[in-house]
Amino acid sequence: MTSPYITQPTSVNALMLRVLGALIPAIGAYVYFFGPAILVSLLLASVTALLCEAAMLKIRRYAAEAFLVDGSALVTAWLLALSMPPLAPWWLVVVGTAFAIVVAKHLYGGLGSNLFNPAMVGYAVMIVSFPVPMTHWAAPETLAAAHLSFAQDLRYIFAGILPDHLKLDAVTMATPLDTLRTQLKLAHTLSEIRRLPIFGTVGGIGSQTVALMYLLGGLYLLSQRVITWHIPVAMGGALALASAVLHGIDADHYASPAFELFTGGAMIGAFFIATDPVTAPTTPKGKLLFGAGVGVLTYCIRTFGGYPDGVAFAVLLMNMTAPLLDAYTQPRVFGHAEKETPRGTPQ
Amino acid sequence: MKPLFHFHGGIHPPQHKSESAGRGIVPGPLPKRLVLPLHQHIGAPARAIVKPGDRVLKGQMIGQPQGPISAGVHAPTSGTIHAVGLHGLPHPSGLHDLCIELWPDQEDRWIERQPIDYRTEDATRLLDHLRNAGVVGLGGAVFPSAVKLNPGPPGGVPTLIINGAECEPWITCDDALMRERSGEIVEGILIMRHLLDAREILIGIEDNKPEAAAAMRKAAAASPFPMEVVVVPTIYPTGGAKQLTQILTGKEAPSSGRSSDIGVACFNVATAYTVHRAVNHGEPVLSRVVTVTGNVGQARNFDALIGTLVPDLVALAQPRDDTDGFIMGGPLMGHRLPSLDVPVVKAMNCLIATSPALFKPAPRPMPCIRCGRCAAACPANLQPQDLHWFAKAANFGKAQEYALFDCIECGCCSYVCPSHIPLVQYFRHAKGEIWAREREKRAADIARERHTVREDRLAREKKERAERLAQKAAAAATPTARDGAATQSKDDALRAAIERAKAKKAEIVPKNTDNLPPSTLSEIEKIEARRAQLRKAATKSLDESED
Repeated sequence: MTSPYITQPTSVNALMLRVLGALIPAIGAYVYFFGPAILVSLLLASVTALLCEAAMLKIRRYAAEAFLVDGSALVTAWLLALSMPPLAPWWLVVVGTAFAIVVAKHLYGGLGSNLFNPAMVGYAVMIVSFPVPMTHWAAPETLAAAHLSFAQDLRYIFAGILPDHLKLDAVTMATPLDTLRTQLKLAHTLSEIRRLPIFGTVGGIGSQTVALMYLLGGLYLLSQRVITWHIPVAMGGALALASAVLHGIDADHYASPAFELFTGGAMIGAFFIATDPVTAPTTPKGKLLFGAGVGVLTYCIRTFGGYPDGVAFAVLLMNMTAPLLDAYTQPRVFGHAEKETPRGTPQ
Repeated sequence: MKPLFHFHGGIHPPQHKSESAGRGIVPGPLPKRLVLPLHQHIGAPARAIVKPGDRVLKGQMIGQPQGPISAGVHAPTSGTIHAVGLHGLPHPSGLHDLCIELWPDQEDRWIERQPIDYRTEDATRLLDHLRNAGVVGLGGAVFPSAVKLNPGPPGGVPTLIINGAECEPWITCDDALMRERSGEIVEGILIMRHLLDAREILIGIEDNKPEAAAAMRKAAAASPFPMEVVVVPTIYPTGGAKQLTQILTGKEAPSSGRSSDIGVACFNVATAYTVHRAVNHGEPVLSRVVTVTGNVGQARNFDALIGTLVPDLVALAQPRDDTDGFIMGGPLMGHRLPSLDVPVVKAMNCLIATSPALFKPAPRPMPCIRCGRCAAACPANLQPQDLHWFAKAANFGKAQEYALFDCIECGCCSYVCPSHIPLVQYFRHAKGEIWAREREKRAADIARERHTVREDRLAREKKERAERLAQKAAAAATPTARDGAATQSKDDALRAAIERAKAKKAEIVPKNTDNLPPSTLSEIEKIEARRAQLRKAATKSLDESED
């Protein structure tokens, strides 16, 4: 072996653990505002992810030990579970996770080789295939007509049985983004809509706090240098800028930048999903363009598209551009002139 | 206070300087034998001008510089030349090269030293003096200083940078030299300034060496020409000449050029010291300061004679029992010594004793997750994650497009990689492959050219023969009486000519294995047998893999 003979005491495993750790405040807030059902989906997703990972590693004849503990499957599982409604049949999160790990990750070559963000592929497949259960979101505890105990949560998730006389509508609710969309279609103005009980100071009741926790977790990742500032700043900035323009023109029909940033998957997307290094560009300029693209596309899908939130599709669309962005945004090499031969011809 | 610039990337590995720093420079051993390689510098090797049995004095030239880029080799002490032959060098490949073995007489008698006054001496003679004195860059590159000190275009080199950064972990030889011999370093700097006609002198020292910086400041204050000691932040690889130049001047040396293109010349502090000794004292480079540290009881800086065999030197530092090898240089750019039976050379700044506990083997590599930490750490602003991909896929053209050859192999990328991918090894391999392919391509081009020339010649000869035959046929149309006899004698002559040619061929084309001693022949036979075996094994495994 030739030099160097020393390495920094770090590992893929350590990076992934920090990502998981950074999600914990948000999970805490989630449980506080929406009940413990999310813990069940997190567990289901984790077990499914590890089993699928082990099976795929075995089929692909990889040394399972090293890869199973790398933590990447768990990150995918958690991000997917946090993107899906917690009060849903058990198979929803299981099928989504299995698809994410088996198809989006391993069939594309496994850790480091996948083109698309596995969690977002899982989410997209589920929302396209099972739109109804994917939109039954748990209502904030303070607003729900009825409350389920943890045991009742489990009975519903695993057996589909709700307590007597209770309908699913009593414990679920449209998300803030969904509410906004339907109410706008009913020709209400934004100021009227914002007076509905589901909305809090910036986003939705409960979900705005969860978003704040994602922001805190993201700042922790930044401080640990697990991620760089480029993608979150560019994505948030683009989303805010796009909404600011339309909000400035027509405040009655277009939500404010703060609302856009603190609802839906904007925060988790900016700090945890779009920053997935495997599927994002690596050059600083490429990251900025990528983040901005995700932000603008998210806004467009939310505002003009058919789905209530656009983060997943925006990320997947931008994933496709990552190799191209990398190729065209190569930084100037030390001692080279500013504009030299275009090194960045795509593969 | 001079404004500092910064270079992209860099790392902060644990420094491990305190083990050997501040403990003074200790004289190295005067061993029973010294092995002096004739090729210790970049450029052409020196030519041995002594033969076994010759008695030499300390400082006497034993290897004469040859060609435009070369440096002399000298007897580090008085004694007898024992042999001139192949000996192992401290090279990662375990390379053997021509060395002069000197058996010291332990009297350490000097040759008559001839100091020269650089202020009055002609520049050409001064440069020749340095070249003969074996002065080379002691920072590790061992480039002959006389070449670098020859400023070429009129007007000289405006900025002279003296490199006292010493950024690699463990190494403290420059630190020790600056602490103890700052005045002499400054004397050397003045000579360099004189030769380059520099108008600005900057001495860069990392902020982890405050004692060295203070000593240098004090010495610089007494200098007749102003020179500025600049304390720079400790960040690896600040000691790279291009990096230090950028920190101190904000200028980038062009990728395809030299630092003199931007009006800068950069020399190591130890080089300045040897320039002073060579010019003001007439002493050629006979020794250098070597840090011996790592898994040893007494980490020290030794003023070791060039040619001291490594075991003789490291014994003084008392390596611990679990020492499993030595790294020459630092842990980031140095290399493991494949054998300890190698001499101290001018490039050897440090020997680090390693043990499994001190230098843990790197964990098993994981796939690249494109986290980009390598790119953030790369001082050349390359994209190691992409280069790694191209190198792995043997896509060497692409690797070159992505500026593979701007990689300085500093090791920052490998150091920070969370997947523990040996990135630098990939890059070295890719560079080696590209060089090999270019050599092959050149060889193929030459072969093709020769082939065309041969085809042309054959065609021409054929044509000429046909013409001659046609002429003969025309002549034969008028037969003579002596016709039969002529044919007979012509045949004889032809046969004789063929015989002569055959004999001559056998005579003048001896195989290069002829006239060798039996020991060498048997060795060749063994090698051939091994090769045949390997070939067999290779074809076998190929067959198997095809199945």
